[in-house]
Amino acid sequence: MRHVSIEIGQDGFAVLTMDNADESMNLVSESWLAEMDQAIAELTKNAAVRGVILTSAKKAFMAGADLKLLVQGFGRLTRREAFGFSQRATKMHRAIETGGKPWVAVLNGLALGGGFELALAAHYRILVDDPKAVVGLPEVNVGLLPGSGGTQRLLRIAGVKTALDLLLSGRAVGPAEALKLKIVNEVVPAASLMERARTWLASGPDAVKPWDKKGFALPETRGLLNPEAAGMFSVASGGISKLGRNLKAPSAILSTVFEGVQLPFDKALAVESKYFANLLTDPVARNIIRSTFLSKAAAEKGARRPAGVAKSVVRKLGVLGAGMMGAGIALVSAVAGMEVILIDRDQETAEKGRGYSAKVLAKDVEKGRRVQADADAILARIMPTDSFAKLEGCDLIVEAVFEDTAIKAETTRKAEAVIPPGAVFATNTSTLPITQLAKASERPDQFIGLHFFSPVERMGLVEIIMGKQTSKETLAKGIDFIAQLRKTPIVVNDSRGFYTSRVFQTLIHEGAAMLAEGVPPAVIENAAKAGGLPVGPLALLDELSFDLPLKIVDQAIAEEGDTYSVPAGVAVLRHMRDEVGRGGRKAGGGFYDYPAGGKKSLWPGLAKIYPPKTGYDVEELTQRLLYTQALETVRCLDEGVLETVEDADLGSIYGWGFPTWTGGTISYIDTIGVDAFVREADRLAQLYGARFAPSASLRAKAARGESFYGQAKAAEHSCAA
Amino acid sequence: MPDAFIYDHVRTPRGRGRPDGSLHEVTSVELLTQVLQALRDRNGLDTALLDDVVVGCAQPVGEQGGVIARGALLNAGYAQSVAGQQVHRFCASGLEAVNNVAAQVMTGMSKAGIGGGVESMSRTFMGADSGAWAADPRVAIHNYFAPQGIGADMIATIDGFTRTDVDSYAAESQKRAAKSWDDGNFARSVVPVTDVMGEILLDHDEHRRPSTTVESLSTLKPAFPAMGAMGFEAVAIARYPEIEALNHVHTGGNSSGIVDGSGAVLVGSKAFGEAAGLKPRAKIRGWASIGSEPTIMLTAPAIVTAKALKNVGMTKEDIDLWELNEAFASVVLRFMRVMDVDPATVNVAGGAIALGHPLGATGAMIMGTVLDELERRDLNTALVTLCAGNGLGTATIIERV
Repeated sequence: MRHVSIEIGQDGFAVLTMDNADESMNLVSESWLAEMDQAIAELTKNAAVRGVILTSAKKAFMAGADLKLLVQGFGRLTRREAFGFSQRATKMHRAIETGGKPWVAVLNGLALGGGFELALAAHYRILVDDPKAVVGLPEVNVGLLPGSGGTQRLLRIAGVKTALDLLLSGRAVGPAEALKLKIVNEVVPAASLMERARTWLASGPDAVKPWDKKGFALPETRGLLNPEAAGMFSVASGGISKLGRNLKAPSAILSTVFEGVQLPFDKALAVESKYFANLLTDPVARNIIRSTFLSKAAAEKGARRPAGVAKSVVRKLGVLGAGMMGAGIALVSAVAGMEVILIDRDQETAEKGRGYSAKVLAKDVEKGRRVQADADAILARIMPTDSFAKLEGCDLIVEAVFEDTAIKAETTRKAEAVIPPGAVFATNTSTLPITQLAKASERPDQFIGLHFFSPVERMGLVEIIMGKQTSKETLAKGIDFIAQLRKTPIVVNDSRGFYTSRVFQTLIHEGAAMLAEGVPPAVIENAAKAGGLPVGPLALLDELSFDLPLKIVDQAIAEEGDTYSVPAGVAVLRHMRDEVGRGGRKAGGGFYDYPAGGKKSLWPGLAKIYPPKTGYDVEELTQRLLYTQALETVRCLDEGVLETVEDADLGSIYGWGFPTWTGGTISYIDTIGVDAFVREADRLAQLYGARFAPSASLRAKAARGESFYGQAKAAEHSCAA
Repeated sequence: MPDAFIYDHVRTPRGRGRPDGSLHEVTSVELLTQVLQALRDRNGLDTALLDDVVVGCAQPVGEQGGVIARGALLNAGYAQSVAGQQVHRFCASGLEAVNNVAAQVMTGMSKAGIGGGVESMSRTFMGADSGAWAADPRVAIHNYFAPQGIGADMIATIDGFTRTDVDSYAAESQKRAAKSWDDGNFARSVVPVTDVMGEILLDHDEHRRPSTTVESLSTLKPAFPAMGAMGFEAVAIARYPEIEALNHVHTGGNSSGIVDGSGAVLVGSKAFGEAAGLKPRAKIRGWASIGSEPTIMLTAPAIVTAKALKNVGMTKEDIDLWELNEAFASVVLRFMRVMDVDPATVNVAGGAIALGHPLGATGAMIMGTVLDELERRDLNTALVTLCAGNGLGTATIIERV
């Protein structure tokens, strides 16, 4: 056995220690399961063993299942096979539970997902008293449910209400709360874990679980014969629409709990496995796992970092411009331990930029997320100044001044006069071409775009833009800097709007175009939300203010002339801003009214300007809003703006909130199937215009029967709903 | 095909459906028993002439379970040869029970029977029989289940009914109910409920608040924002994306009252009337039941009305009085708007907002009320309709003979 070992003591208590031979964490894997089966069988059979202590030699008890394994469920496993996969672990846990010997799980560190499911199978759980030792079942966050007994044991231990809270939120809890919720039995210091485990085993504990005894029942066991339980499940069902109806895990979890609590334990476990199988073989779980875990982790580990460049560290950072973006970048950099020079045109403005950090940090302290000394130290690392001379010795510069080529050029020259010759100069523009800005630089190979998103301290994505002359070394340094900030990088090539801003524009323009067609504004917003977008396009436009997208369009018209196809929604934006005088929230109102102290609501005057029609197809509206973004993403791949599908997916999810259930703009196409997507896009192009016409590359891909990620086509593994 | 005639009907007064309500001490079976006894006694009816007693009940569990019709008819001393059954079509149960008996008579399979309903909401609370439609996650999520109050506010939001609109309707209901009581118009059909000693417990509808005004109603808090916030507003919007946000206009004051009560209608063929020595008061022309969109739940009445009219070859111009259960004010406002009928002909004696809505009993009760009003006003035809849970709806057309 490579991953587990057994030691049987004189006292008859065996210690089963998990120590993954291949990874730094204990993970649920095929080989681990096989070894556990063997170990459990041996321990159960061995008459000399009176009880078992189950623990880990790693820092954590167990992190859960191997996501690289789970991501392969869709398209590879049939439902029956996925059921079997779930039942395999379920039966292993059941063997622990019903072997007739008491098992105690010694949770020496965090136990999540499959790790906590394993702990729940033991007869007693002792958790180390360490705030980092959290326990929980976060499977909902990867589009799954705990599929080896987790839902059924949790609800029988903690009650249905607590179980639903933990299962639907996926939140992990620390030792104090875990004890309070009774999902662990004891919380003790690390040094006394084993001693407490032996004491418990020596106390002659009952090795039969309550639910394996006759007469076990919860109030909810009577199902809908219990009106209170019925009311709770009714409200919980309503809550699913709030979480988003495209996500399939929450409703599956709710049904697993509802149906399982009414069944004898083994039948309940089988039902859990069946719902798990449905989720595992569904593309939504695959999409969520692949993009939001695997691709994200890979990007953060440097998937796009050029090989052969030595690792770099930014110790001293210069931030030029102390506006909203500059202030935010200064904050996150100081939090990451860098010394930050924050420059603006005068001392007062620079101080104001630092004040933003003071405000955010004070709130962190107030909310208990940070101690005062920590906040003070972070703030002390930000030096506000109006003197470029202070930039001496900076490893990297982030320029975040006003979006104006001339101002940026001047700032670039002033900074380069001071900074070391090897320093990277990054510009945080969201619209201006990097290659053009690099013209102001004496070292265009060290010039790069780092597009942060607002608010910087909350948005995890950074879009790295390569200018024509940007070197591999500069890219590597940029990625190293983003890694220091613990953010997620994607790498794109220079183009108007780069990737994220460019595709985002298609969403908001499509929304505006719908308004011109007579689709009621609430329907437009709700069609977006029905697709899983967090905010409707009209609300997004209002927040952005109409000036920005119109400026981009005007610039494109000026530069490209007739070859530029003006987005369909432009007329609406121009009319609203220039004729009606409603140019967005900052202009006092746009599509929405913003009453002082009240909730915003759609401006009733819209109905007069754009008389609402009936007979719209909401599903098609949702489809249009998602398709237009996916199609523009493909164009970005075609034009080489994007180089990888992973960057496309990550950028869309973390840049502007493209729904996670889709896996991102490109995974969305794969989920529909390239062939079906092309057919639908053609149909939309006929109805709504050339913006929906699939590119030649997309047609070719469809004709070849390929998908973007190169996996078996969804259609070949049809999943009946 | 034999005609089905209404020979008589009675109902209990409606007691407040709370522990302090006058009828709370009376069991459901006893409420129904007293109604059956009153109908028999005032008509000198030989109950052996009856084939069936069909009783609507919307929470047929606990003391209201086990075919309460049969339990009550035996308890009332009816002939043991009389069959009994209980029907459940949510709030339309009582009307469906009458239709059921009429159908038996019209097919010739029965000569006579009683259709009625019973609901002690103070004793068997709303939700006691739950059901998959509202509480099994697979079903409730798939069908976009939302509670009825959310449906009522959805109608108001989509149709643009304001708080003043719904409160004005509610105040008018109270006014009409008050006038009906003051003028003694209910006296003919309401039979007092007695306690175990035989003393009168209640002889009037006690949910009413005759002094209600639009102003007094305007001070009440909306009843359903909390439900909306739990997720049901998201459900409503997912189903009706034209809704930006729910306008929560419904309160306890413009929604039907929670009450206890029972009602019964005696239905039979011409031959039965002759055998029993009774004169028919009206003919049941026909009826219809439908399903409509279940999330908004309460918009069936106008649709089922059209179907019922078509079934009997009538048009809305042929109807003199409309009786639509006042589940919520917006239900009636929607009906009147869609049907384009004169408000003066709708719910002329007041409705459930003032009088209360004992779920499964209401259909039978309001059929009796509108028949009394036809006679009092010397009019001929009426249509009775109710919206019901999960988008159901039933309508019945009667005509005096």
